[in-house]
Amino acid sequence: MSSRRSRSRQPGVSRISDDQIADLVSKLQQLIPEIRNRRSDKVSASKVLQETCNYIRNLHREVDDLSDRLSALLASTDTDSDQAAIIRSLLM
Amino acid sequence: MFLCVETTRSYSMEKSYMVTDSEGGYRSMESNRRKRKKMESGSQKVKRGGRWRTEAEQQIYSAKLVEAITKVRRSSAPAAAVHRGRAVREAADRVLAAAGKGRTRWSRAIMTSRVGLRLRKRRKVTVTGNNRLRKPAVSKQEPPLKRRVRVLGRLVPGCRKLSFPNLLEEATDYIAALEMQVRAMTALAELLAGTGASSSNLQPPSC
Repeated sequence: MSSRRSRSRQPGVSRISDDQIADLVSKLQQLIPEIRNRRSDKVSASKVLQETCNYIRNLHREVDDLSDRLSALLASTDTDSDQAAIIRSLLM
Repeated sequence: MFLCVETTRSYSMEKSYMVTDSEGGYRSMESNRRKRKKMESGSQKVKRGGRWRTEAEQQIYSAKLVEAITKVRRSSAPAAAVHRGRAVREAADRVLAAAGKGRTRWSRAIMTSRVGLRLRKRRKVTVTGNNRLRKPAVSKQEPPLKRRVRVLGRLVPGCRKLSFPNLLEEATDYIAALEMQVRAMTALAELLAGTGASSSNLQPPSC
């Protein structure tokens, strides 16, 4: 990897080594369930990044759906006593 | 859900591994230990999924989330369901970012950008894409790897101009946080659906 890549505006950061990148990519790899479940160590960095982006997008979508659902649910539980009961049960 | 019990158990079990790092909290060392076996065992200061996986963290987040959402419902009460949903989403993100305690770039970006942007779509951040200020050679010309890096930078808030290693670090933490957010909101939704009497039947189950 050449040093012309877009990064490192920080003066303290030296050139990024391939090993460092591979290390970080493998770390990211462990977080993505799809890749983790495949148990393959030969996933390319490009694939990891692609799956990462997809995964984040999926998570965003899930949060959006949950937000809609929660807003609808909260609208239906109008009394404040319900909220208190919820919080209490959450904190046990 | 007996979340408290599990929390206590995991803490007492892992007493010998208890580490209070600079994050100010102790992670669930169980999951950390598992992760450590797979990943590099050297660095301890790196924020992996660890702190976002503790029950305590999720509980705290859930409680704050309920508070925030309740405020949303009470304050403006926009008529359209879309706006309500988005308001909830932004509240959830704000609380999530606050839980990050400002230690990550994405959390700081959320906290500084969300105030006053209530009804704007989140996509605004990603629409101002990388074509404007970046190098002229863009998209189809560059190798797919770089393109994917850019896409990733757009997806994680506030990380568009980040160096590659930092971006990966931020993404790692961001993903873990998002997972916790999903877990907490799902649990909350199920809880509400359970106590919401018959009105909850009107809502189609999100799948």
